[in-house]
Amino acid sequence: MSTVAVAHEHAPGVHAAPTSFWRKYIFSLDHKVIGKQYMFYALFMLIVGGLLAILVRWQLAWPTKAIPFMGKLAPEGMPGGHMLPEFYNSLFTMHATIMIFFAIMPILIGAFGNFVVPIQIGARDMAFPVLNMASFWTAVPGAVVIIWSFFVTGGAAAGGWTSYAPLSAIQPKGQTLWLIALLILGLSSLLTSVNFITTIINMRAPGMTFFRMPLTTWALFITAILLLLALPVLSGAMIMLLFDRVLGTTFFLPAGLVVSGQPLKNAGGGQALLWQHLFWFFGHPEVYIMILPAMGITSEVLPVFSRKPVFGYRAMAYSMIGIAGLGFIVWGHHMFQSGMNPLLGTTFMISTMVIAVPSAIKTFNWLGTLWGGSIRFTTPMLMALSFVSMFVIGGLSGIFMASTPVDIFIHDTYFIVGHIHYVLFGGSLFGAFAGLYFWYPKMFGRMMNDTWGKVHWALTFITFNLVFFPMHFLGMRGMQRRIYTYTEYEHLKDLQPMNQFMTLSLFVLGAAQVILVVNFFLSMRRGKVAGPNPWRANTLEWQTPSPPPHENFTEIPTVYRGPYEYSAPERADDHWPQSEPPSGPVRASAH
Amino acid sequence: MQTHALGPVRAARRPLRTGLFSIAALFAAAAVRAAELPRWLQLPEGVSSYSARIDGMFRLILWITGIVFVIVEAMLLYFLFRYRHREGRKATYTHGNNRIEVIWTIIPALICVVLALLSRRTWADIKQNMPANALPIEITGEQFSWTIQYPGADGKFGTPDDIVSLNQLHFPVGRPVVATLRSKDVIHSFFLPEFRVKQDAVPGMSTRIWFDGMRTGHWEIACAELCGLGHYRMKGVPAKPTPPLKPGRN
Repeated sequence: MSTVAVAHEHAPGVHAAPTSFWRKYIFSLDHKVIGKQYMFYALFMLIVGGLLAILVRWQLAWPTKAIPFMGKLAPEGMPGGHMLPEFYNSLFTMHATIMIFFAIMPILIGAFGNFVVPIQIGARDMAFPVLNMASFWTAVPGAVVIIWSFFVTGGAAAGGWTSYAPLSAIQPKGQTLWLIALLILGLSSLLTSVNFITTIINMRAPGMTFFRMPLTTWALFITAILLLLALPVLSGAMIMLLFDRVLGTTFFLPAGLVVSGQPLKNAGGGQALLWQHLFWFFGHPEVYIMILPAMGITSEVLPVFSRKPVFGYRAMAYSMIGIAGLGFIVWGHHMFQSGMNPLLGTTFMISTMVIAVPSAIKTFNWLGTLWGGSIRFTTPMLMALSFVSMFVIGGLSGIFMASTPVDIFIHDTYFIVGHIHYVLFGGSLFGAFAGLYFWYPKMFGRMMNDTWGKVHWALTFITFNLVFFPMHFLGMRGMQRRIYTYTEYEHLKDLQPMNQFMTLSLFVLGAAQVILVVNFFLSMRRGKVAGPNPWRANTLEWQTPSPPPHENFTEIPTVYRGPYEYSAPERADDHWPQSEPPSGPVRASAH
Repeated sequence: MQTHALGPVRAARRPLRTGLFSIAALFAAAAVRAAELPRWLQLPEGVSSYSARIDGMFRLILWITGIVFVIVEAMLLYFLFRYRHREGRKATYTHGNNRIEVIWTIIPALICVVLALLSRRTWADIKQNMPANALPIEITGEQFSWTIQYPGADGKFGTPDDIVSLNQLHFPVGRPVVATLRSKDVIHSFFLPEFRVKQDAVPGMSTRIWFDGMRTGHWEIACAELCGLGHYRMKGVPAKPTPPLKPGRN
């Protein structure tokens, strides 16, 4: 009864300011602290995933060369520093798994979503603070299990991040831990998505209509809906695969399997392709789950630093809705060469070609936003511009594989690896960097060093292209993905110099991230004090102190206009906060 | 600056026309130079009767995406330079333009649908319509080798004159082969780069594909689907035809 009484007294999401260290920094209910926790979590996993990538690329550049100290670090996978094929398979599997599920999703959704969304809509917190805390603390054991899996007999999962059955059903124990880790993480993401949807629908400040919401909030709203609809399918498939592995069921095991000359016990009645259908029914929306928040961040940053309203705000929102809807009917394009009925391939090709359109609309609208602007080249702006220019490459290269006959050749080659990295690094990660530099002053109250930010941007942008653009050429030559040594093949032998060049570029790319890490931590103490609104932006998070107080606002703001009213002709000031009353200073000076 | 409402419409028209014209001009140039793409922008030599169709589609998409890429990135760079912040100049206040939204929705949609329709026919001819008078063979993948079975002189499988080879694909030059793909254990993918053939071999399923080789040469069969620790060395060679497989023999 008492909880009912409390619920009547307080608005949802409202809770007392914590006083103890544990409740303030560890088991916090505050969305801002949880957002920061997700950010540290994601940055840590980003480093882990990046180190795995360096090992993968070392092997591709110098297939027979030992790395002596790795012989001590991973004696089973790299005896004497020489990489074994099964360890190589674990490395790329875990690189992708960690980057996708433990780095990109947590930083975009967990960190920026949590920190930014409630303040942007003028709420005091998320709708369900306890659920929010539970989401984060569910994600932690997920990461522990996935890292632990490196140390079990047989090593970590080695079936690719897609874990195609039946290979994934007969792999060593690491695959079981992979499934458990992702099931745990999936639960965490589901809790988060429910929280976002509820918060955005119910807790918007007075005047904050849907079409006055900043595009970051729009993007996270749609992302949360995608998560809610797609993740249960993956979880279901993973539970089935787990049962196949530990309980002797045969969801994905057809009759007559013979592995290494031994008939597989109990096999029969299952379908190998069922896994792929279930996995990609989740997996394709997942691609948009990772890119939509970055699109939202870009749509946020471009108008602020162009001092101009976003071009085609509604087209931006509608195209995200379009992507979300179409995202559920394109999964078969991952399966053109799988043995799925080729006629079905044609239908999936058509839906895939159509889904290119909303992404094109967004790109043109970003260009439209820059057109006629007054562009400031700050670090977040450079990152967002990189997002646009790199996403164009990732989007256009997707058209090659959407065309079924062309896909025959490039499917499962490095062309695909190049494509996915242009979308997920060139897209999602540059979007995350833009968000990081943009909201850092809001999160920590101080500015990051802009000069070092630009050095970080320049090195990352250049070396990113040097590492990943050549992948398209490797794929066009027919180099398959996921092979331990391509030099086994006569027709791929001469690709070694190009691979070495890519690996050397990756070393620089990796080293450049040290600049970000140092800048990130040093700026917390030494950075210039930011003040509430260092970018002179309009959205609500900039109309409150940096960092915002407990419960975000001293008084809940009222929203009078859209989020991107920059350079309005009737005002001398080039920004016009969403919460400034219309009777406010019309000809006030800019500062 | 009283032209806010109309400005974008008017301003949009001229670049649009110029843009369309330059696209058309580039396409014309593309058509003329289609056969002369530099080596590094081409797929490896194609030796099957349909490889040219796949390569043609690849080339067409390369041209279209290449042109779009150049236009978009050039516009981006131009805008960054032209509209960089300068003291005393205020940004144009506009929320967009519905007309231009419709244009840049319809044009990409048309291009994509046309590409899909063009691809559809080639795809159907390669993966759906099996040719008559083809030589039937059976290809079975297992960790980590390809077993290829030929029906022998009687044209039937499961008879004593069947011929089995390991990792060696013998094919009659110029005559189509219809292969039934199977797998004993996990998913493999039968990849013959120069033939433009790729098809997964899935346990529990039989998948039929066809291909032909117009000549012999030194090529390799690869496995394109991760199949375990020996995936990287699951390879074979397409070899010259052996006596029972000479062209024209049934």
